[in-house]
Amino acid sequence: MILALLRRDLAQFFPFTGSGAALPVVFFVAVAMLFPFAVGPDANVLAKTGGGVVWIAALLAAILPLEKLVARDIALGFFDQLKLRGATEEAMMAVRLLAHWLSFGPPLLLATFPAAALLKIEGESFTILLLGLLAGTPGLAAIGLMIAALTASLRAGAALSGLLLIPLALPILIFGAGALARQDQVSLGFVGAISLGLVAIAPFAAGAAIRAAREQ
Amino acid sequence: MQASFSFLAAENLACRRGERLLFRKLSFRLEAGAACHVTGANGAGKTTLIRALAGLTTPYAGSVTREGALALLAERTGLDPDAPLARALAFWFAMDGVADPSAIMARLRLSGLAEVPVRYLSTGQQKRAALARVLGQAAPIWLLDEPLSGLDTASQGLVSALVREHCAGGGIALIASHQPLNVPGMTSFAIEDFAPADEEHEA
Repeated sequence: MILALLRRDLAQFFPFTGSGAALPVVFFVAVAMLFPFAVGPDANVLAKTGGGVVWIAALLAAILPLEKLVARDIALGFFDQLKLRGATEEAMMAVRLLAHWLSFGPPLLLATFPAAALLKIEGESFTILLLGLLAGTPGLAAIGLMIAALTASLRAGAALSGLLLIPLALPILIFGAGALARQDQVSLGFVGAISLGLVAIAPFAAGAAIRAAREQ
Repeated sequence: MQASFSFLAAENLACRRGERLLFRKLSFRLEAGAACHVTGANGAGKTTLIRALAGLTTPYAGSVTREGALALLAERTGLDPDAPLARALAFWFAMDGVADPSAIMARLRLSGLAEVPVRYLSTGQQKRAALARVLGQAAPIWLLDEPLSGLDTASQGLVSALVREHCAGGGIALIASHQPLNVPGMTSFAIEDFAPADEEHEA
């Protein structure tokens, strides 16, 4: 049952198969492409600031799929039907979290290669950037899922979820981008720890949120 | 169908929507083979009752007990709107372990629509697709919320026939609808009979 659910969720959200799901990655690369035009092609400036830009682009790219992440399946009665078959909300949300991360995390990591080339991020910096995104994107996915579930029953939920995600994502951004500025890999450990904590609580928080949404 | 011991019972059930009490002191018990028709005007609380019976919402008071799995037909079909009908149904058929999906599709006259995305289907076709999902679930207890709305005459007859077969096989069906069904031996009650009196309403 879990596997069938994961397959279905992935089909919904994965780039190129799901409806318009490639958008976050395109958006991510577009930001990396536009930045050199905006600040000029000076390799030093780009290398210094580029990492931060990649992180901000990743954060914004994580916001884009939130609108469809939970609200659509609530409106569809999809979770109701799963519930009748004995699935818990926590299991549904854990699967959804995995599917959400798989649909934007790995594509984003792949897109980091062209993005880094455009922003002149090389060598050690590139390794730290890639590892940081690997450690940070599960956390971003977890925050996104919790917010998507919480705002699913609100009328202006989509607009609100972007605003809510940004402050919650700050710790990941600070340590992730900070590791890049200081060229130290220790901060990456913090990013990973924050991510793990968020991933652990997200299914429970999101599960409680969709249970509460149903009571209305 | 392993339905011979199944039952569905409500005791002293009361439900609210928002601040408004829709019905209270509603009790019934349906044994295997029983069909029950719940009538009521729009907004009287039929859907609220069904969702409470399904365990999707917590009733304001009272309790629901049941033995046996539930299948729910509601306005929300649970079928992916962007997927072709066959694929959208296949997900639920796989989850419910249906051996012969094509027989169910044929029974509900959906075979010709297999490749059409769900969102292009008409209201009646979507309802029939949702019925196919219910049928595939092979659950002893059916909760059908407005199963007839949007259906043509032939399909309405089919719904009655499906309910008759289901109950003849020892299943339980509770149908909320403002349209009549042709099921012999079906009990019925109007949800308005359990609406609170006006003075309670104000309190």
